[in-house]
Amino acid sequence: MSIFIDQNTRLVIQGITGRDGSFHAKQMLAYGTKVVAGVTPGKGGQQFENTVPVFNTVAEAVRATEANTAVIYVPASVAASAIFEAADAGIALIVCITEGIPVLDMTKVLPYVRERGARLVGPNCPGLISPGKSKVGIIPGNICQAGRIGIVSRSGTLTYEIIHQLTTHGLGQSTCVGIGGDPIIGTNFIHCLAAFEADEETDAIVMVGEIGGTDEQEAAKFVTENVKKPVVGFIAGQTAPPGRRMGHAGAIISGSSGTAAEKMAAFEQAGIAVMKRPADVVPLLKEKL
Amino acid sequence: MNLHEYQARDILRRHGIPVPPGEVASTPAEARALAERFGGKVVVKAQVHAGGRGKAGGVKLAKTAAEAEAHAKAIIGMKIKGLTVQKVLIAPTAEIASESYVGIIVDRASQRPVLMVSPAGGIDIEEVAAKTPEKIQRLPVDPRYGLLPHQAMSLGFFLYKDVKQARAAADIMQKLYATMYDVGASLVEINPLVTTPDGTVQALDAKLSVDDNELERRTDIAALRDLSAEAPEEVAAREAGLTFIKLDGFVGCCVNGAGLAMATMDLVKYYGGDPANFLDIGGSSNPQKVVAALRIITGDPNVKSILFNIFGGITRGDDVANGIVQATKEFPLKVPIVIRLTGTNEREGIEILKQAGFSALGDMDEAVKKAVELS
Repeated sequence: MSIFIDQNTRLVIQGITGRDGSFHAKQMLAYGTKVVAGVTPGKGGQQFENTVPVFNTVAEAVRATEANTAVIYVPASVAASAIFEAADAGIALIVCITEGIPVLDMTKVLPYVRERGARLVGPNCPGLISPGKSKVGIIPGNICQAGRIGIVSRSGTLTYEIIHQLTTHGLGQSTCVGIGGDPIIGTNFIHCLAAFEADEETDAIVMVGEIGGTDEQEAAKFVTENVKKPVVGFIAGQTAPPGRRMGHAGAIISGSSGTAAEKMAAFEQAGIAVMKRPADVVPLLKEKL
Repeated sequence: MNLHEYQARDILRRHGIPVPPGEVASTPAEARALAERFGGKVVVKAQVHAGGRGKAGGVKLAKTAAEAEAHAKAIIGMKIKGLTVQKVLIAPTAEIASESYVGIIVDRASQRPVLMVSPAGGIDIEEVAAKTPEKIQRLPVDPRYGLLPHQAMSLGFFLYKDVKQARAAADIMQKLYATMYDVGASLVEINPLVTTPDGTVQALDAKLSVDDNELERRTDIAALRDLSAEAPEEVAAREAGLTFIKLDGFVGCCVNGAGLAMATMDLVKYYGGDPANFLDIGGSSNPQKVVAALRIITGDPNVKSILFNIFGGITRGDDVANGIVQATKEFPLKVPIVIRLTGTNEREGIEILKQAGFSALGDMDEAVKKAVELS
């Protein structure tokens, strides 16, 4: 198994002819991802790399290729619209790599996506990889190795660091999910924890959080109540100065200041082994397995 | 991006929210002229992006225009939390019957804008939340329909018994909600929302933070940015497409990705060092960005060693290496540099560094430890 993506993933790339889109389309093709279509308005009828048909709209791409997953590389100014379009076309899993989408746009996108039964991963995320099966996004395939550890992370390059630590020490991954660092995201820790808990090919879960908000605290509560597999956690920003990003009112609504100390305490209380540094991930996992 | 009070008041006024008169002055003479126009009795308020202006002596009452001039003279140029006051708001002192709070923020948990109102206004809303939480009402708004009239009216009655005042407050809330989407705000607050002795409801003070991601499509709002209100190196970083936050330590950090940048700072502390900054060179790696990053880091006299921690994904090792080589040609480094380079194009990057006389490490812990030792 693995979660969210596997060998049955049929991918359409929105923004396939753009600078980032074309670069990563090639990487995904090289990795073996089933890239069945690309979308760039006005370039319908072309072929990308002589193998992938390009369409003007996502709906056309879905009709012609039965794509079930979309990945978005379009600029921030049109990214919300690209998510709406993918959801409208009946795509089940939409992965938005684009960073810089206004938060207020996302407040309108998410209800729309959910009403159509779709899942959004991101925005502002590195995407997902199920090593050996499929890669959707920008996580470098060469640092991953197929195996039985699930990773869910709010960060991009920090996720690579964790994957690198695991692979170097012979611990492969079932799926790595970068959920994104924006305040409003489509898929959170809990969604991923639930999926990993249900996945027969995942033995343990690594959760990488950071300061701000209360998602990690909620996730810790979820682990206590619903997760039997071992979980190892990390929080980035233990030394970050307070108050640089969060407004006062935010702290009130979430009922928390979102500090690393608070999140690490919540992890510990939930029986999650807490890493002090990324290199702790391997010894802590080995202890738990 | 935070707006100044006077800018936020202007925006609210333009959206039809009743805001009492008040104008901004950059010199004591201007302050005097405004105070004369307002009849002498005015409040002089420092315009800086810092809380606790009153406690710092940045808010003063004047009975005459001459006194307003004297206050302005004292306040302009004053430093509040490290920021120099450039402008003061001059507003006639108003008689106030009651003070309330109205704010809207984009809430991560409900993934919606949440309206918060409290009859206990005029003070820090965090204090109200901590001491008397029952005095705050919250309403998550469905962004597809916006703030509905009956919802606003019910919150209006939470603030005021008088139906006219409740209606006025409800009207203000709906206009405030519209303002939020119109200017792309992540936070908009009226504190205090006042009633005057004759019963009118007005927004006396306003706070507005705009989502940085909105600025590209809202050039009118972006033009309100006050560069003098921000640390100069943070302005330089933003203009170069970097995210930079100055800290008090000695290890200058340059990392790709915010999470890894934070984890790097944490690791510097873990090994007994002190990070001099947070610096994220972002996803796509232009060598020029690296040059700009090194210029900013080396501009800090506290920096005793420089640490690069690059895990290439979109960022390419050769780009970073070229940036380092180019930067050190433009301005020779006076402190040691430790480079950790791995991921996309790492071999090419290491080769470029080697030819320029630098070495690179592959392990994050090893690199951080070394940079700490050298600091």
